[in-house]
Amino acid sequence: MSETEATIEVRRQMEICNACRYCEGYCAVFPAMTLRREFTTGDLTHLANLCHSCKGCYHACQYAPPHPFGINVPETFATIRAESYAEYAWPAPMGRVFERNGTLVTLAAFLSVTLVLLLTMALQDPAILYTAQTGTGAFFRVIPYWLMVGLASLSFGYALFAMGMGAVRYWRGTAPGAGQKPITVAPVAEAALDILTLRNLGGGGHGCNDLDDSFAQTRRWFHHAMFYGFMLCFAATTTGAFYHHFMGWKSPHAFLSLPVQLGSWGGALLCLGTAGLLWVKTVTDPGPVAKRLLGGEYAMLALLFLIGATGLLLLVIRHTGAMGVMLAIHLGLVLAFFLVMPYSKMVHGVYRGLALLRNAQEKRA
Amino acid sequence: MVDFARLWDVLVVGGGNAALSAAITAAQAGASVIIAEHAPKAMRGGNSRHTRNLRALHPKPTDVLTESYLEEEYWDDLLRVTGGRTDEGLARMCIRASEHAPGFLRDCGVVFQPSLSGTLSLSRTNAFFLGGGKALVNALYRTAEKLGITILYDTEVQHIAIEDGFAREAIVSWRGFPERIRCKAIIASAGGFQANREWLREYWGDAADNFQIRGTPYAQGRVLKDMLANGVQEVGDATQFHAVANDARAPMEDGGLAMRLDCVPFSIVVNKDVERFYDEGEDVWPKRYAIWGRLIAQQRDQRAFAITDSQALHNYLPSVFPPMKADSIGELAGLLGLDAAKLEGVVAEYNAAVQPGTFHGNKLDDCRTEGLAIPKSHWARRIDQPPFYGHPLAPGITFTFLGVKVNERARVMMADGKPSGNIFASGEIMAGNILGQGYLAGFGMTIGTVFGRIAGEEASKLVRN
Ligand SMILES: Cc1cc2nc3c(=O)[nH]c(=O)nc-3n(C[C@H](O)[C@H](O)[C@H](O)COP(=O)(O)OP(=O)(O)OC[C@H]3O[C@@H](n4cnc5c(N)ncnc54)[C@H](O)[C@@H]3O)c2cc1C
Ligand code: SF4
Ligand code: SF4
Repeated sequence: MSETEATIEVRRQMEICNACRYCEGYCAVFPAMTLRREFTTGDLTHLANLCHSCKGCYHACQYAPPHPFGINVPETFATIRAESYAEYAWPAPMGRVFERNGTLVTLAAFLSVTLVLLLTMALQDPAILYTAQTGTGAFFRVIPYWLMVGLASLSFGYALFAMGMGAVRYWRGTAPGAGQKPITVAPVAEAALDILTLRNLGGGGHGCNDLDDSFAQTRRWFHHAMFYGFMLCFAATTTGAFYHHFMGWKSPHAFLSLPVQLGSWGGALLCLGTAGLLWVKTVTDPGPVAKRLLGGEYAMLALLFLIGATGLLLLVIRHTGAMGVMLAIHLGLVLAFFLVMPYSKMVHGVYRGLALLRNAQEKRA
Repeated sequence: MVDFARLWDVLVVGGGNAALSAAITAAQAGASVIIAEHAPKAMRGGNSRHTRNLRALHPKPTDVLTESYLEEEYWDDLLRVTGGRTDEGLARMCIRASEHAPGFLRDCGVVFQPSLSGTLSLSRTNAFFLGGGKALVNALYRTAEKLGITILYDTEVQHIAIEDGFAREAIVSWRGFPERIRCKAIIASAGGFQANREWLREYWGDAADNFQIRGTPYAQGRVLKDMLANGVQEVGDATQFHAVANDARAPMEDGGLAMRLDCVPFSIVVNKDVERFYDEGEDVWPKRYAIWGRLIAQQRDQRAFAITDSQALHNYLPSVFPPMKADSIGELAGLLGLDAAKLEGVVAEYNAAVQPGTFHGNKLDDCRTEGLAIPKSHWARRIDQPPFYGHPLAPGITFTFLGVKVNERARVMMADGKPSGNIFASGEIMAGNILGQGYLAGFGMTIGTVFGRIAGEEASKLVRN
């Protein structure tokens, strides 16, 4: 990664931390830091992405502002992370949209909802949008099947591809001086377990400094709710598609069917998690927070919340005349999500996953 | 708003570990407690916010301490560093009580690090606070708030009115306004006087201007001086303090632990006159690091320079400020402002005296010199592998040893030999009772916690009668 004001600042901070080491028990960052004496920008990017913003090291820091050393690791790491998202974005020029991420995400959400609504109205008899649709294939009478699948797979496919390219570039960019080591099974398994259990979010049992200098598990549980809610929603869509293609069962499915159950629990968890995380963000001690990045984070959480909420509403009102509009809005939001995914906070999952993998490799070296 | 008309059960002076341990204990016993801390909230916690661990007796391994550490060994360790200048009764009492200090702190929300980690290899004797002293201080303040203790920040206690060994009130400056706090008992936990250069100057002259104060700038010793002037008995040696080799580029105050340099055993150390002045390899570093501050304080301009080479660089912790680096000793001398020819001579003489041996970074090894006026007894390797490195050193003062005399109930003793009616003390302000000289890593927090708890207990007992 290129040298910026933030990398110079975080290098200064890491040099102080490396002589102090009081925070070595907090997270993986500090043991990883002690393996190094000099910090390339790649090293700093790796460390920043290994940090999960528990803020422990800020509240514990004897050198935090107003001390003249002004150490604020979580804040500067957040800045470096955002810079790394921009630096490794694919295609490269798209990195710039990380600068005004809140605006981008909001705009994308608004535009794609409008687009889907307009498309539906243009392609279908507008009356369909307002009349109750029931029975097999009700959704596709509102939005044609080919359009739904086409938009979704194009946008999602693009997101996956762009994020994959970003991942490759990130992995190369954060390679330690000695170069890449081959990836083996054990570190991959460890990283996967770290990701699935979100083990690091709990501060090793005592909790993180979610709101202030006290330890809590608040953020961890909300993040879990969001993460698994998201996964369940994804599973709902996948089972729905499977039913459609292989079993010939067309949506809407019965309330107790697998896709609907997965989707409702997922949606509820997604709403709970994102709302909780939004709340945590608003009430937490602002000291260790990178204010400049908040816009993008709020927008992404809000978008996920709306996806969950519209999904649930759709379930509630699917036999009424409001279903058509709600479906268009819901799908519009999902489309927006797929489109902005490679250029939003969502990429942190990819880079953090890779940082965990690199860390698991380093521990074995 | 604070009710300054109120009569409090207990006034605790200071806001570090000793003060908070006392305040929490007193409040838990039912007393109404007010804390007066001189520092603003962001800088609260005195020297305690810079600490890392505490030394605790334990008969068997715990989740945070390995093996066992019993009274006799603890006492021997203390005896060795103090050279016998200690009050055996108080010291043994403190050692025994230290067994329960980690548990007390844990109940107050302090989290300890599991015993495996720890860069100083002290995990047998010392329990490490997760995140260090500031995290500890945060937890203690949080507990104090939960107990309903009133905490005044930005509040300097300027004078304690003592009559016949009895204190009825304290004159304070509260956010710059003069106020008085009335109370039934006082616990003085205001630390040492190491940040008071004028006072240090009385013993050290101009040299005091070059001392770096490692910890809080609020340790002005105002309460200590006031009490000693008002009939409280003095203890300890006024000229003694705990001091380490700090980076000469560290801030003059509040630089904290990261400023100390532990390169000395792997270097040779010269003063401004390019003379070695002490055996750099005398003993394992955690045991000896505390003498180097004093040694440097006695050199011209209170400066010294540790010289190493690329071979030694990875034997010690990285420093905050990068060392001076050069390809030859002569060039390095130039960077450090030393006489080049002289430094080349000293290094050559040293290199010639180094005997063959097997190097062991963290225990006494057989690498030593022969024939030097000032030997290097261990870890002596030739300094001949460029690049060469130079760390400028200054004395970093941790705390002073002059204090108020207390009995085993933490009650302050008056000059007439009688215990005070209602004044107690805990922490650095009375550490001189036990530490006549020298220092044992982690013992400062132990003294503060142990005597803080006793003071809190005794004070609450007193006010309930
Ligand atoms: C860098 C550093 C590292 C250390 N590491 C360790 C360690 O790892 N383990 C260990 O055991 N010890 C360590 N020590 C020593 C340890 O800090 C002390 O022994 C211990 O903190 C003493 O606690 P205390 O509460 O007595 O004093 P302090 O923590 O210094 O508290 C004194 C308090 O009194 C307040 N105060 C002073 N004057 C007034 C006044 N007039 N009115 C009101 N308030 C006042 C100050 O603001 C401060 O809050 C270290 C010290 C330093 C400087
Ligand atoms: S964050 Fe502060 S206390 Fe923690 S290791 Fe860094 S400098 Fe030390
Ligand atoms: S904020 Fe938490 S996770 Fe990030 S570096 Fe600090 S202690 Fe580690």
